[in-house]
Amino acid sequence: MLTYASKRVLIGLVTLLAASIIVFAVLEVVPGDPARLMLGMNATEDAVRALQEQMGFNQPLLTRYFNWLGGLLTGDFGKSYTYSVPVLDLIKERMAVSLPLAMTSLVISTIIAIPVGIFAASRRGSATDTAAMGIAQIGVAIPNFWFALLLVYLFAIVLRLLPAGGFAGWENGFWPSIKSLILPSLALALPQASILARVTRSSLLDVLGEDYIRTARAKGLSRRKVLYYHALRNALIPVLTILGMQFSFLLAGTIIIENVFYLPGLGRLVFQAITQRDLIVVQGVVIMLVAIVVIINLLVDLGYAVVDPRLWSRS
Amino acid sequence: MKRTSSLFTNRSFLIGAVITLIVALTAGLSFIWTPYSVSALDIVAKLKPSSPAHWMGTDHFGRDILSMIMVGSRASIFVALVSVAIGAGIGIPLGLWAAARGGIVDEMLMRFNDLVFAFPALLSAVMITAIFGPGAINAIIAIGIFNIPVFARVARGAALSLWVREFVLAARAIGKSEGRITLDHILPNMANILIIQGTIQFSLGILAEAGLSYVGLGAQPPTPSWGRMLFEAQTMIGLAPHMALFPGLAIVATVLGLNLLGDGLRDVLDPKLRHMR
Repeated sequence: MLTYASKRVLIGLVTLLAASIIVFAVLEVVPGDPARLMLGMNATEDAVRALQEQMGFNQPLLTRYFNWLGGLLTGDFGKSYTYSVPVLDLIKERMAVSLPLAMTSLVISTIIAIPVGIFAASRRGSATDTAAMGIAQIGVAIPNFWFALLLVYLFAIVLRLLPAGGFAGWENGFWPSIKSLILPSLALALPQASILARVTRSSLLDVLGEDYIRTARAKGLSRRKVLYYHALRNALIPVLTILGMQFSFLLAGTIIIENVFYLPGLGRLVFQAITQRDLIVVQGVVIMLVAIVVIINLLVDLGYAVVDPRLWSRS
Repeated sequence: MKRTSSLFTNRSFLIGAVITLIVALTAGLSFIWTPYSVSALDIVAKLKPSSPAHWMGTDHFGRDILSMIMVGSRASIFVALVSVAIGAGIGIPLGLWAAARGGIVDEMLMRFNDLVFAFPALLSAVMITAIFGPGAINAIIAIGIFNIPVFARVARGAALSLWVREFVLAARAIGKSEGRITLDHILPNMANILIIQGTIQFSLGILAEAGLSYVGLGAQPPTPSWGRMLFEAQTMIGLAPHMALFPGLAIVATVLGLNLLGDGLRDVLDPKLRHMR
């Protein structure tokens, strides 16, 4: 188990290092001099040169990479050119919107999907199973930003129950902020819930076909007891893997949804930073999101190995 | 033969094939005919709801929404199709190579996959298109890059299970090279799985293209695209909800059709996965 865990951690670290090289390299080839972009087209050559020196833009490529990497490791993500504040502060501030948004979506998607998946699997082939999976099939096909527009039309324009966009800010109270996140969370959750419901159903059907389930039934246990006490536990293992993957997807998925709802989250920050050529912010946000994905995948892998010893015993 | 007849009795496949065919024919038809020109502005008729003259209504410039959806389907299909071709064209040979060679080559491919999968696809696609400029070509590259590890992984997995089969061992025994065995025996035997994966990635490509166009990074105006139409509909949603309704339905129908087609193919061509619907 320890060998398996160490190998996974090492792979995670190497992935992160490679990702840092890619993020740095991709943004290096961006056309345009950041110093000139920051100062505007009318800036004098002297002013541009002075800013290049101040920001370290004129240093050799490798020096800049190692300075940036060293900064990341010590929590210094650099300073935003456009906001003139440390990038890490910006990320923390925007995370206060994106993280609750992704987590609420994950909770909503789980609350909807798992019962629907269990219900459909336990009534395999029935009209309710067909209907539930039909709806899930449509749910997978719906783009979240289109669903967001429909939600805005219904709940903000027709019923006037929820705001169409914007974020009240946590400092202005819990309820107004949560109200701003309800529609975006629902929009993000629907396609994920559809995928999760399908995975839950198929995983449960796999387990229900196993010999030990037949044995449990033959012992005289009720269908319900077999389903909830024996089958569900094992069936939820792949579901948890998908949940882990979905969290990273939801965090990145906020990039479009935050634009639909004008939410000041990480997605909107990275989008604005790209258009303003504030590359240090783009680098910081992307590497932060990649780190989150790597850590979540690592935790899912390790968690999976804990519940399924075959994984690490094979390695 | 039996598989072909099974396909035509499979409900998912039939519905999916009909929807996909309608979308493809509509896109094809748009090259020779649309009800109205998509560049013809008619401000007097702006924001009109559905009517016999304009089945899906008009937008804020008075353009016919049905005509725009017809022309917009080209961008969606083109971007999704070429990005699948990039993913398959690079990913499948990589997967086959890794499966044939094993060892360090295989390990390197798996690490490459880990690396690409560590980047949230949408975020990276936005980053690539924003940095290299918005447009259909960069959208294709951005989506295509993420198709490479998907095809590589599927091809590798399928090929590994075939390399231990008797007919492959027999081919080795008569002295065929790894490359020859891969082309003659491995690839033809995994074509089903690759076709199924192709339909899945195609539908994901349609969604990704729509998302990129929605944030202004896909096909650029005046070329109509479904995502762009939804972006333009956003500010008009209170006045003209039909502007958002129809392009969205076009995306849903196309993706649904492809998913059903993929499910149907999987049911018939890979019966082990029959209940994975």
